[in-house]
Formats: sequence, structure tokens, C-alpha cells
Amino acid sequence: MEDGGLAERDARSPGVAGLEGPTAASLDTVEGIIEGLGGVGYIASRRIATALFMATHLRKPILVEGMAGVGKTELALCSAALLGLPLVRLQCYEGLDESKALYEWKYGKQLLYTQILKEHVGAQLAGAADMAGAMARLQDVGEAFFSEMFLEPRPLLKALREPGGAVLLIDEIDKSDEAFEAFLLEILSAYQVSIPEIGVIRATTPPIVFLTSNNMRDLGDALKRRCLHLHIPLPDRRLEERIVASRVPDIVPRLRKELVGFVQGLRSMELRKSPSISETVDWARALVLLHVQSLDAGLVRDTLNLLLKFEQDIAAAEPRIGEFLAHAAHA
Amino acid sequence: MQRTLEDFLGALRASDVRVSPAEAIDAFRAVFEVGYGDRELFRDALCVTLAKSAEEIDRFEVCFDIFFARDEFTRRGAEPALPPGSPTPDGSATLAEMLSAGDSAGLAQAMEASAARVGAGDIQLRTQRSLIVRRMLDDMGLRALEAQIGALRERGEVEADRLSEQRAGLFVEANRFVERQARLHAAMTARRLREALLSQQALTSVELQDFKAMESLVRRMARRLASRYARRRRHARIGRLDVRRTVSRAMVHGGVPFEVFWKSQAIHKPKIAVICDVSRSVAAAAQFLLLFLYSLNEAVERLDAFAFSDRAIRVNDVLEAETMDDAITLILARIGMRPTNYGAALEDFFALQGARLDRRTTVIVLGDGRSNYSDPRLDLMRQISERARAVIWLNPEPETDWNQGDSRMESYRRFCTVAKSCNTLRQLEQIIDHVLRTYLPKH
Repeated sequence: MEDGGLAERDARSPGVAGLEGPTAASLDTVEGIIEGLGGVGYIASRRIATALFMATHLRKPILVEGMAGVGKTELALCSAALLGLPLVRLQCYEGLDESKALYEWKYGKQLLYTQILKEHVGAQLAGAADMAGAMARLQDVGEAFFSEMFLEPRPLLKALREPGGAVLLIDEIDKSDEAFEAFLLEILSAYQVSIPEIGVIRATTPPIVFLTSNNMRDLGDALKRRCLHLHIPLPDRRLEERIVASRVPDIVPRLRKELVGFVQGLRSMELRKSPSISETVDWARALVLLHVQSLDAGLVRDTLNLLLKFEQDIAAAEPRIGEFLAHAAHA
Repeated sequence: MQRTLEDFLGALRASDVRVSPAEAIDAFRAVFEVGYGDRELFRDALCVTLAKSAEEIDRFEVCFDIFFARDEFTRRGAEPALPPGSPTPDGSATLAEMLSAGDSAGLAQAMEASAARVGAGDIQLRTQRSLIVRRMLDDMGLRALEAQIGALRERGEVEADRLSEQRAGLFVEANRFVERQARLHAAMTARRLREALLSQQALTSVELQDFKAMESLVRRMARRLASRYARRRRHARIGRLDVRRTVSRAMVHGGVPFEVFWKSQAIHKPKIAVICDVSRSVAAAAQFLLLFLYSLNEAVERLDAFAFSDRAIRVNDVLEAETMDDAITLILARIGMRPTNYGAALEDFFALQGARLDRRTTVIVLGDGRSNYSDPRLDLMRQISERARAVIWLNPEPETDWNQGDSRMESYRRFCTVAKSCNTLRQLEQIIDHVLRTYLPKH
């Protein structure tokens, strides 16, 4: 779902590239942010914009929760575009640890250097008067091996070291282990990390951090406390129509109205997986490709698998297609 | 305004929205950024900083609406006798003066001040309302007012009727005020009290109206268990250095360990098979056993679920496909409420699942062990216990009833790793947690 969001953005990137850099003044008000996000293709509700506003002003990370496909990842991507900052993305999964998220030593390079420098060690130590002197020289060399030269930065470190700041997206944090969550706390509150061999690395400009969660498990209180919390609900009819209009500009208004009405009807059912925004947009795209001007029951039945991903859901929804269509047409 | 915000945080805490001091500071910073002018912005900014889950957002919104809905003190009775603004509501004005002056702002202020003095915010139960109304009014100077009305009436002045009419209005206002306080502070406390009671109540004696509350309790419990269980399963993912392989591989590079190998640990996914009794004898508890089974199925990855009375059937498909209510009804309709036959049920279970029982499987039996004097098939029970890692039997009857009448619990007990009486949600949670901790493979 979230990956779909990424692909969507790529498809639109000419439009984004053509956008003039946002003016700093526009971010000083919530209205400005709504407008700015609209400019990069994200139709935000007031609460979403307020969250972004607070995040930039209070310098706090935002924890974004909501169903799959409501635009959590997309919000981070679009915020990066709006703020004109590079996006650093860290996809979480079970077993993710520091060496993949923060930094790793370039072991191979270190070994290679030791091998190459082997011959020079004798020459280096030749002038040393005694054992202590030789040790001191070796020490200098040893320090060099644990310097930033041999440090392989991973997303978190990259985000901290971006000189002009960055948007750091920590995607699906609920999929990572609790240990990793605890490890994030230092970064999220102080925007710094400690690397034993080097010391503390502090962000020059704190990144704007988005964490997304699908609620696979409950996140720890410590993490929640450090974050602003944003829950993105399924949109109401009007908002969803605007989102579809923004994402699928070719759609005719009548079809857009009918299709959003129909999806809203589906959501009123108790389904295993209700269609979310990304499904609506996918469906709208498909219908535009099929040159559809208006919905009818047969067409809906044929394309329902774009909206509903479980057989049981499709079976449950099929008998009510007519009802939802009638409702959508009259609303 | 700082005081108001603090009160609001107090109300939020009472509504089950956890607000830590750090978050309170954030809230103040947020308000400093956005100001009080725009109500919607103010609400959103607080919501983003304070509410940390979807449920908390709902509670936040309810609480916000109630808290910031202090409507104006409605004017009652006659028009103000004095032009507004002349009496200063600085506390020196008596209740009677404010009433006859129609000074609604002054009255509202006096009421808030009295409410704070008598601790209306500490209201815990709705039943305390009338007491608090009385105390507030006393604090505002009701006695003096009544004395004054009495005196005026004795002198036969019309002012007496007007004042007593306004006094009635004052009662209405005070009641409304306290009602709001109660909605803010008491609603959640009462709910928590009830849930605490429910979790200790016997499953067999839960009242019909408590089913919904019970359902949410069970769900939360299963979720909590699931996350603890997942934590246990996840640990020990980090491998250790495989010295032997690393050194032998290093030979190729002249002793330099270019390639490092790790001992990866095979992760044995634990399996749980649950057999749930839904027969007539456990009718009252069956709903909850199934409820728990349903929640557990959502939480645990590999669960084989069976329900039985005189036969056992696999119910995984129902649990997967249906909503909770439908699933329970459907299972009860298919197999429930018939006389029990443990022997036959074990036979079915063994036929369906026997081949898949191994040292990684934990078998949980939920039932009373009352088999209507039929053959208990202890031989099958023995085989199950030999094959499985552990057999856990949870019986809704107290231990003293085991082996009374047609119960074969004592015989079955021999083949169980653990057999426990479990008749409240609290016990159920404790035991299942214990099971997940002890009888599941560590990784």
C-alpha cells in the first residue's frame, strides 16, 4: 500500500519538479500549509496541517497512525517536497537493528587497509626509541581506523548529518522490535546519536521526523510521549472527492462523484478490509483507463476486486452494489 | 488562562487520556504557538500534542466539547434593576445583590469559584451530584439569600417573590454546572470501576447487559497478551559469531577474516491448538471461552481452534471469516448446546489434528470435563499429552467440584501439564499469560 504511494509520486514527479520552491512565509500559518501541501498534490485536512505546523514549530516528531492506504507515507513524501528538503527513508521490519538503521563500520575496507599498510608498519615504527614510543605511534594509526572515513552511514545518521535539515521518514515503526523503538528515543528527543568509538553526533539542523504505524502492535508510551500524534481517518465524501480530483485529474466530475459515493457506501459495511484512499484512487485510475463516464452495476461487479481484497468481502458487498449505486447517484 | 488549561488537562486525565508532565509542557508550548483566538486551531493543536491513539482522540474531542462549552449564565426573571456594570462582581457583592442586578457574569464567576472551593472537580460518581450542588450553593451564600427572602416576605414585599424565582433559576444553573463536571470527571471513573469488578466476576454469572463491556475487556486482554507473546518470540534474533566457519573461511584469505559468519538460530514458530467446550453444561461460560478464542486467533499466528460438544469440529475458518458476533453465533449453532461427550470429541480432535501434534505444539483445553458418563478415552488423552509439548486444561468449575457427579476431571488431570480452575477474566488472563511464557518454545 505504502509502496504504491511511492510509485504514485514518481508518476507525478514532472508536476512536482515544475513547482516553484515554496515561500517560507506560507508555512507560518495552518492555511498556508494546507495550500502548500495542496500544491504538491496532497489534500490535507486541517488537523493534518496543524500537526505539520506544530512539528515544525515545536521541533517534535510526528507519529502518524491510520489504516493502510490513507496516505501516511505520502504525507511525509509531500512534506519533503513542500519544505524543499531531502527525504531520508527508513523502512522498519522485524529484526531491524542499529547496524542497518544508524551506521556500520566498513569492515572490508578496514581489513583491506590493514593488509596494504602491513608493510609500512615496520617503517613507521623504525624511528621509535623504545616500546612506549612505538605503542604511541600505533595508537595514532589505530584511531584512524575508527574514524568517520570508515563509517558507513545508514538512514538515521544520514538524516542527522544533512546540513540543511531533512525529512526523515521512519516507516512502519510498529513492525520493528521493541528494542529498536527504545533505541530511537535518543534520536527523537535530542536529535543526536552516540557512537561508542567516535562520540556523540548531533544534528546541525534537526530533521523533521515522521513515524508511521499501522497499529500492528501497541507502541511504547515512551515513544508516544516524544511524538506529536496524528491519526488520519478515512476521509469524508467531500475531502475524498478533492483527493481523487487531485490524483486523477482526467476523471469526469460525474464519475468522480458516483465513485466516491459508492466507496463511502462500502465503508459503511462491516468489511474485513475497508477500501481506503489508495484503493479509491486505483479504482478511479482504472475506470479512466476504461473510458468510463458513469458507473453501472455490471461494471462495478467486474472491477470490484480493485477495491476489495478479500473474497469474503467481495461476496458480502456484491448483493448491495445496486443499493450503494442508487445512494451514490442521489447524494 | 493557564489555570483553565491545567483544569482541562485534569479533565482529560479523568477521561482516560494519559497526559504526562512532558506532554503538559508540550501542550503549553503548543498553545503559546497558536494562541487562543482560533478555537479549531486551538483544539487541533492540543489534540495533536495530547491524544496518542485513535481512542484517545475520540475521548479528547468529547472532553474538549464538554469542557469548553461553559455556556453563558442564562438570564432569568426580570430585567436587571440596575444598569449592568455598576455592581462590581469582586466578591463583595452578595448573592442577592447579584441576582437582583441580573449580573450573569458575576454569578458565573462566583459559581466557578465556589465549585473550585468545594472541589466539584473531584466528583467521582454521579450519585454525588446533589450533594455537591448543595455545597456549592451554600458556599455562594445561599443561607444569607434565604434569610433575606424570608425577611422580605415577612414585610410583604414583592421583591421576595422575584428573588425566590431567581433562586430557583440558580438551582437549575448549579445543577447544570455539576452535571457537566460529572460528565467530565465521573463517567470514566465509573466505567473503570465497573470493568475492574467485571474482570473478577465469575464467567457463569455475567449479566446480559455486561456482555458488551466484557467483550471489550476480552479484546484488550488478548491484545495485551499477543504483544507480550510476540516480544518473547522475537528475542534472540541476534546471532552469535560462528567462530569455526569464520576461521575456516579465513584460510582462503591467508587468515584474514574477510567474511564473517553468524550462527543463525532456527526460529521455531510455536503452535497452539485450542479445544473449546461449547456444550450445554458450560453454556454460560461458552460465550466467553469462544470470545477469548476469537481474540486469541486474531493475536496468535498459528492457532488451531476446535469447538466440541458431542463431536469436535475445526473452527478456524469461521474465526477467520466472520465478525466476532457472527462467529460465536455460528459456532454455537453448529456444535453448541448439545450433551457433552469428551471421548468422541477427543477422537475427532485426534483424527483432525493428531498428526500435527509435535513437541512445538501446546494444547489448551477449555472445558469442564463433564462427559455424561461416556467413555472418557483416556488413552487418547495420553497420546495427546505424549506428543504435545504441554497440555493445559482450564476448567470454569472450582476445583472442589472436580470429580463430583459426571466430571472426569481428576482422570484427565493426570495427562495435563497444568490443570487449573479458571472462572474469571482475570484468572483467564493470568493463566494464558503463564502458558505463553512457560510452555512455548523460547524461539
